[in-house]
Amino acid sequence: MINFEIPADLQAQQQLIEMVAKQAMRPYSRQLDENEHARPKVFFDMTWPFTSNMVRSEIKALKKQLNGANGSNGSVAVKDKPRVNKAILALILMIEQMSWGDTGQYLCLPHPMLGGAAVNSAGTVEQRIRFLEKFSKGEPKWGAMAITEPGAGSDNSSMRTTAILDEETNEWILNGEKIFITNGKLALDESDGLCVVWATVDPKAGRAGIKSFVVEGHTPGVTIAKQEHKLGIKASDTVALHFDNVRVPYENLLGSAEVRQKVSSKGFAGAMKTFDASRPAVAASAVGIARAAVEFTHERLAEEGIVPDYTKSLHEMTAVERDLMEMESRWKGAWLLTLRAAAQMAHGESNRLEASMCKYRAGEAVTWITQKAVELLGPLGYSRELLVEKWMRDAKINDIYEGTRQINQLIVARSILGYSRRELK
Amino acid sequence: MLDFRLDEEQRMLTDAIARYAEQQVRKVFRDAEELGEIPVNVLQAGWEIGLLPTMIPEEYGGFGDHSAVTGAVAMEAFAWGDLAVTLNLMVPNLVAIPVLLGGTDNQKEGLLPEFCDETPPHFTAALTEPVIQFNPHKLRTTAVRDGDDYVLNGIKTVVPLAGDAKMMLVYASEEGVTQAFLVSAESDGLKIGARDKLMGIKALPTYTVTLENVRVAVTAKLGGEAGIDFGRILNHSRVALGAAAVGMARAGYEYARDYAKQRVQFGEPIAHRQSIAFMIADMATDVDEARLMVWEVAWLLDQGKDATHVAAVMKQRIDNLVLNVADRAVQVLGGYGYIREYPVELWLRNARGFATFDGLTIV
Repeated sequence: MINFEIPADLQAQQQLIEMVAKQAMRPYSRQLDENEHARPKVFFDMTWPFTSNMVRSEIKALKKQLNGANGSNGSVAVKDKPRVNKAILALILMIEQMSWGDTGQYLCLPHPMLGGAAVNSAGTVEQRIRFLEKFSKGEPKWGAMAITEPGAGSDNSSMRTTAILDEETNEWILNGEKIFITNGKLALDESDGLCVVWATVDPKAGRAGIKSFVVEGHTPGVTIAKQEHKLGIKASDTVALHFDNVRVPYENLLGSAEVRQKVSSKGFAGAMKTFDASRPAVAASAVGIARAAVEFTHERLAEEGIVPDYTKSLHEMTAVERDLMEMESRWKGAWLLTLRAAAQMAHGESNRLEASMCKYRAGEAVTWITQKAVELLGPLGYSRELLVEKWMRDAKINDIYEGTRQINQLIVARSILGYSRRELK
Repeated sequence: MLDFRLDEEQRMLTDAIARYAEQQVRKVFRDAEELGEIPVNVLQAGWEIGLLPTMIPEEYGGFGDHSAVTGAVAMEAFAWGDLAVTLNLMVPNLVAIPVLLGGTDNQKEGLLPEFCDETPPHFTAALTEPVIQFNPHKLRTTAVRDGDDYVLNGIKTVVPLAGDAKMMLVYASEEGVTQAFLVSAESDGLKIGARDKLMGIKALPTYTVTLENVRVAVTAKLGGEAGIDFGRILNHSRVALGAAAVGMARAGYEYARDYAKQRVQFGEPIAHRQSIAFMIADMATDVDEARLMVWEVAWLLDQGKDATHVAAVMKQRIDNLVLNVADRAVQVLGGYGYIREYPVELWLRNARGFATFDGLTIV
């Protein structure tokens, strides 16, 4: 049944995160933007108790699921209603609100993040518990995912990083170069986190050879090759990783026994499934910045006496009022598309098409909205005294990462036209 | 909890409407546009689906509750078939829904049962005025109290089916506030002028109506002494129009998508080219975005919340999106998009209308 209601407990969560955003994120935004690669320590300290608690309840639910599946608790739960996964919606809402605070800081949330999305999408229940439980306790930890290579951007399937099984020790040996890894340094060098690395077990097999491997923090052979200098999201570290004979246990290959067979497209499907979850997350982040820009532009213009009245006819509105209305309408449309993709996940429905739709529309919307905000605020919009110019720089990444706008349009087009990769290149 | 799936009842309703739209409306809509007339049997079949009675409470002869969300879902399904047919079918709503939302008990008892018959009553409404700077909150038609009467003066345009109307709900400004009055078409001083000549929706007969010192009793004022909350009525109208825009946009998107897969140039379907495929992807996303925005407003209205701001924002976005989708549909078809043998040029003409259709339909 059509319902736009956000459950009350999640609304309460949002208020709490809004407080975090105002107290622990916004006040440090400018400073972290001007000092690239500095760490948002206040944000880490404030969020770790919260995120570790979130993971703790997820692990609890997974353990229950595992026990239930094995029948070891002796009883089978009978439920009439299909289970609703509220946690995924909670995550999407959290991302939106934190990105409203500061996207660069949100991206270094001490949480499994993209690495978690990959483990959850490609891993078995046992693996999910084994790899993610450490994010529920102890010191702050970070998760990352390494898929892009210098020669393999949107074309993931041409990756060259290899994983060779050493049959004597039953370990995988990883070799190669990965780039554009968000939180790679935090996950592998500065904490006992993890990075999910996509590599091929058979370069000749194309997609079928691609599998994902969990590399844990401080694993020997991993080096940080480079920290990128970026247009925006400067608080977030983006690194290149070099894998030189990195050994991981056989069980760190994510997936069922079937996936572990040498040639199976299930491994690559896992990467694509990760995107079903991560694209709505990126869209939510984009929408958070968009809302920040819409709200701030309204507030500042109100101080100048410019308060749009939406009951006016178009003839009575000024050009600025019409721009404000368009900013708001594009923000709203993108947010609703995002919520739809999230609700589909929560209800256990497939959302591949809708995940790409919301991702590209939100990236497009936030890019336009923040650029418009700078314009409407004039010299103040362009000034580094305010955060608007920073939001515009931060926003642009949403039009690019987790699949550029164009790659997602391509996915949408193939899906609705029923075309293969060969038919629609 | 967030959910964007239709319930069982809505699915059954939209299935029935979709069948009607495909098997009956799509067979006649193109000729209807050229002839300026819709076959009576098609309109009667549409009325027999019985959408309006499902929105009228049992105490007034209907068998349902008013739900803007369900109305929006139905509206999209109808408009996929044809916009002019849809607007024609919904003309009775122009009186029924405002009476339901803002009428006095007497007005409800007197009027609502009429909408639950086997044929629709000949009622319509007059809101739009023939001025460039039309603003439904600042009407030029006036209503002035004179003893136990109101005296109405002004010119209305795009009044659907006014030629056959027995009664019309006339919107007029009473001391600067938009109110509505139930006016008999036989009233002295009320003149139904020539049929309007519009860019699109040509199958829907609309007229310009002049009111010159038209007298109605005070009891004819909708909502009695206190009058109506016109903003709320306008919000419901914007949901209806938004949903109709979604239905029409979806028709254009689907047509262009299917055409692009069949049209072969340079040895392969044109949909194999990104320049075409990306337009189609955008159209699909536009349709979904528009639908979600309409549903949100409808849902807020069903929750009894004020949706004026959200509805205005939605309307602005959808007026743009529907035009964009219809324009792309013509573009995908190229030369064939421009000739009247194909439906897409019709959809482009209709699409531009949404920016001016405020109040032309309601659910």
